[in-house]
Amino acid sequence: MLTKRIIACMDVRDGQVVKGVQFQQLRHAGDPAALARRYNVEGIDEVVVLDITATLESRQALARTINAVAHEIFLPLTVGGGIRSEEDAAAAVDAGADKVSLNTAALRRPDLITTLARRYGSQAVIVAIDAKRRDDGFAVYVRSGTTDAARDAVAWAREAEARGAGEILLTSMDRDGTKAGFDCEMTAAVSDAVDIPVIASGGAGSVDHFADVFTRGHADAALAASIFHYAESSVSELKQYLRANGVPVRL
Amino acid sequence: MIALVDYGAGNLTSVRKALTALGADFTVPSTPEDCRRAQALIVPGVGHFGATARLDAQWRDAIGSAAASGTPLFGICVGMQWLFEGSDEAPEATGLGAIAGRITRLDGNADRRLKVPHVGWNSLEFRGQARLLRGLATGAQVYFTHSYAAPVTAECVASTTHANTFSSVVERDNIFGVQFHPEKSGEAGLTILRNFLEVCG
Repeated sequence: MLTKRIIACMDVRDGQVVKGVQFQQLRHAGDPAALARRYNVEGIDEVVVLDITATLESRQALARTINAVAHEIFLPLTVGGGIRSEEDAAAAVDAGADKVSLNTAALRRPDLITTLARRYGSQAVIVAIDAKRRDDGFAVYVRSGTTDAARDAVAWAREAEARGAGEILLTSMDRDGTKAGFDCEMTAAVSDAVDIPVIASGGAGSVDHFADVFTRGHADAALAASIFHYAESSVSELKQYLRANGVPVRL
Repeated sequence: MIALVDYGAGNLTSVRKALTALGADFTVPSTPEDCRRAQALIVPGVGHFGATARLDAQWRDAIGSAAASGTPLFGICVGMQWLFEGSDEAPEATGLGAIAGRITRLDGNADRRLKVPHVGWNSLEFRGQARLLRGLATGAQVYFTHSYAAPVTAECVASTTHANTFSSVVERDNIFGVQFHPEKSGEAGLTILRNFLEVCG
């Protein structure tokens, strides 16, 4: 049976892992390669490296960081943050990324999804959607959550799939860093609307939040950052809990 | 020297990295002739079966005759699919035909919430003795990402089920193939790559 994936995300700035709350108040969380090594031992299923300042400061994802992480783990590695062109994606792939995550650029230039899917295959193209709840649905934000994209998350996820995206990384901006739990309703709305896997992100604070997003939220994978960085909950403990609660995981 | 065949399907970085970590001596052949001289052949691949069209008749002849003379041949993901006769994903592209059968699309089932593509970690159900699987036990989990899959044939030594039951590991004499990505499958994947390197001697 296909298992539910647990993904560790490292938000990287200047070669160091940082983490904020609701996209603000960054604090340091360590060296990316050292964290990747620990996660690998603990049984993480995948790793995502996001260059969080890249979009705002027009920087490419740090090839050196990608390379250092890729040498620590033989697991799927996704790189995102500031990937605006085929060249940026190629630089990430050449440095060792298996998948690239597009956010702002995908909305500005949706054809980039198709271009990259043709070059590397759909499995290598993740479209990241940052969204907030609104009365009439789920509003998509871009440029690191600073700009309303005037799009609905469900409709945009469908379009991204049609254009060749292989997975959707859906982040609840309302929940990001709050440890109040994933937004299961939003995750289910998007997951039920597409055939490609949906990775839920934003709000992980305890092991039962993961069980929730896999059951009520219909997520295919769940991503978290701070809960793993500060070793509040180890990946192996989380997976033991999930298995005991009927969620299939790789142990 | 192992020949790692690059036909432009996705990137070879991860496979190279894993082979390097295992101490393998490999090169990327620039002509079909290089394949005839290789000690072993690896055909990797991510993405679309259509990319294998670049392995034209000359490459197929060279790889096919090397395999026929006993050179170990290992196909990974689309590379494994290419060992078969062809794929519904790209009917115009011809496979090597070392294994009889055709690649078909996984049949997703919305009611059971089975998504296609099949992305993530799934288990190998062993169906017989296999050199590639030495040191692993049935139920071992590996990382898949694909929408098309191979039928269960006589060469199938491990199968996996997602919507359909398909061949996830094939092995016959010196012909080997895996549908998943051993280079992305943690320790289990490295064990499989190491087993292939041992076959190569």
